[in-house]
Amino acid sequence: MRWLSADAMRLAVPALALVALLVGIFWMQPRAMSYNGFNLLFNLAVPIALATLGQMMIMAVNDLDLSMGTFVSFVACVTATFLQSDPLIGVLILLAAIATYAVIGVVIHLRQLPSIVVTLGMSFVWGGLAVLILPAPGGSAPGWIRAIMISKPPLVPMAIIASIIIAAVAHLIVMRSSFGVLVRGVGGNARSVQRAGWSIIAARAGAYAMAATFAVAAGIALVGLTTSADANIALRYTLLSIAGVILGGGEFIGGRVSAIGAVIGALTLTLAGSFLSFLRISSDWQIGAQGMILIAVLGLRLLLNRFEVKRS
Amino acid sequence: MTLLRKPWIWSFVAAGAVWIVTVLATGGSSSLGLSQAALTFAAFSVMVGTGQMFVITLGPGNIDLAVPATMTLSGTVALKFMAENNGLILPGLGIAVLIGLCVGISNYVLIKALRIPPIIATLSLSFIVQSSAIWTNRGLRVKPPSAMADFTTDLTLGIPNLALIALAVTVAAWFLLNRSIYGRWISAIGQSLPAARMAGIPVDGVRLATYVLCAILASVTGYLLACFSGGAALNMGAEYLLMSIAVVVIGGTAVAGGDSNVPGIWGASLFMFLVVSMLNTYGFGAGFRLILTGLIIITVILAASGRQARIQ
Repeated sequence: MRWLSADAMRLAVPALALVALLVGIFWMQPRAMSYNGFNLLFNLAVPIALATLGQMMIMAVNDLDLSMGTFVSFVACVTATFLQSDPLIGVLILLAAIATYAVIGVVIHLRQLPSIVVTLGMSFVWGGLAVLILPAPGGSAPGWIRAIMISKPPLVPMAIIASIIIAAVAHLIVMRSSFGVLVRGVGGNARSVQRAGWSIIAARAGAYAMAATFAVAAGIALVGLTTSADANIALRYTLLSIAGVILGGGEFIGGRVSAIGAVIGALTLTLAGSFLSFLRISSDWQIGAQGMILIAVLGLRLLLNRFEVKRS
Repeated sequence: MTLLRKPWIWSFVAAGAVWIVTVLATGGSSSLGLSQAALTFAAFSVMVGTGQMFVITLGPGNIDLAVPATMTLSGTVALKFMAENNGLILPGLGIAVLIGLCVGISNYVLIKALRIPPIIATLSLSFIVQSSAIWTNRGLRVKPPSAMADFTTDLTLGIPNLALIALAVTVAAWFLLNRSIYGRWISAIGQSLPAARMAGIPVDGVRLATYVLCAILASVTGYLLACFSGGAALNMGAEYLLMSIAVVVIGGTAVAGGDSNVPGIWGASLFMFLVVSMLNTYGFGAGFRLILTGLIIITVILAASGRQARIQ
């Protein structure tokens, strides 16, 4: 009896973890089960989910981006300064940054470089640029993004709507478009994609540019929430985004990624952090809780996989 | 010309060039002080880099992201335990080693039992270790025992004590890698894990020992760094995550595993420190310094890839 496909199984575990965390929070604090409660719980998850999707695009072509956190910080600094005061220059800077990502993707492929090291070097570059733009914390959010992030649509909070839209758009791009199929094909078997007449260079450039686009959205959304920026604002995103992709059922190799899973993974990690404050456990353990959730979910998935193998 | 063929020679050439440029800026007056500072700070990168090199040699995907958290936890706990008491220096070191032992074993248990990629296993664990460090530290800054503070900042025959310790570690690492059966096993596993298993190498034992070795080197470095800098700080390990990977790669160790390079770590560590002090001497601000550091890392890896292409 197979009532769930293998892909659905992979999604089920992080989704269950998310539901379990939510139930736990509502059980301890029923007042959180409200419009404002949901908004507060998931607000900060929106930029993390976008950064996770960016990391997912890079992981789809078997690479890893260690500069995600500094890049999102850099975008946040640009958003809080140029994009706010001179929108045209701000947009141009962000477009140039996206183009830089595409170039990096091509260089990594042409010279067969380890992506970890190149993005490690780039993380210093983005960090340096961020410090140059905003030497001290400050700046202010452009009015339109602030308005979007604090808007209160009827019935469903903004954070939830945003997460669903982001997941749907990313799902369409990665799973339903020919570009997405091509990118995942490069991750799965680059040689056969090449033999079929596709350009691997173009696919990798596209994947990197798409990753940068998601990361730019993450930086802008983050400033919309915090209203100001500093050069270290999103450093944690590098590790959180990798963890989110894996939590959502993605793999490091083989082009096996899931956009919906990545968003769920990011939401779960965000909730894991705030879960503790409801347990009245000191916030010292906040990062530790994220580590434990990660281990628990991966352990559970292993158990389910074994179960699956035995049954078939 | 066999010396020029060694992959590690370039990191020393680069470090020497940067040293000359820096000393020239000060008219030669700083040559001794600069060399001693470089040796001292390089010592920390060398020790964590050596551990990371053993892990990276195990093959693709092997990396220890728990290094910074381990350093912080061992520095914090050991200093708290010693409580400025000179009699407790050795037991304090023992505690540091014990922490490294526990972290290393936990790392490998997660990798093996949950069958998750090392990057995610060590990442999840580092969240927990970092949380434990935050919890033990509680914002207190305990001073190191006076004898230990003196030892870590003193010179022997004009050479910093820390550099001598790091030298001893690297000599031992060199013998372990090139002259012991354990080193041959690591390289064999890095070149092909299935082949190593077929050849009867105790793969799990060797990998466990390697993760433990890396964690112990990190925890001892954390202990020394906390004594050297007059107390443990919660962010004291942060820069060593990227640094430990960077010095290994710039030093000429193959990122794909199976081929390690001990002398290169010294060249790369000296180089990384000297670049920063050179840019400082010439009056560059923090932003430009970071950007140039990043560009230099990328240039070095580009040059190294060209070199490998020619040899093949």
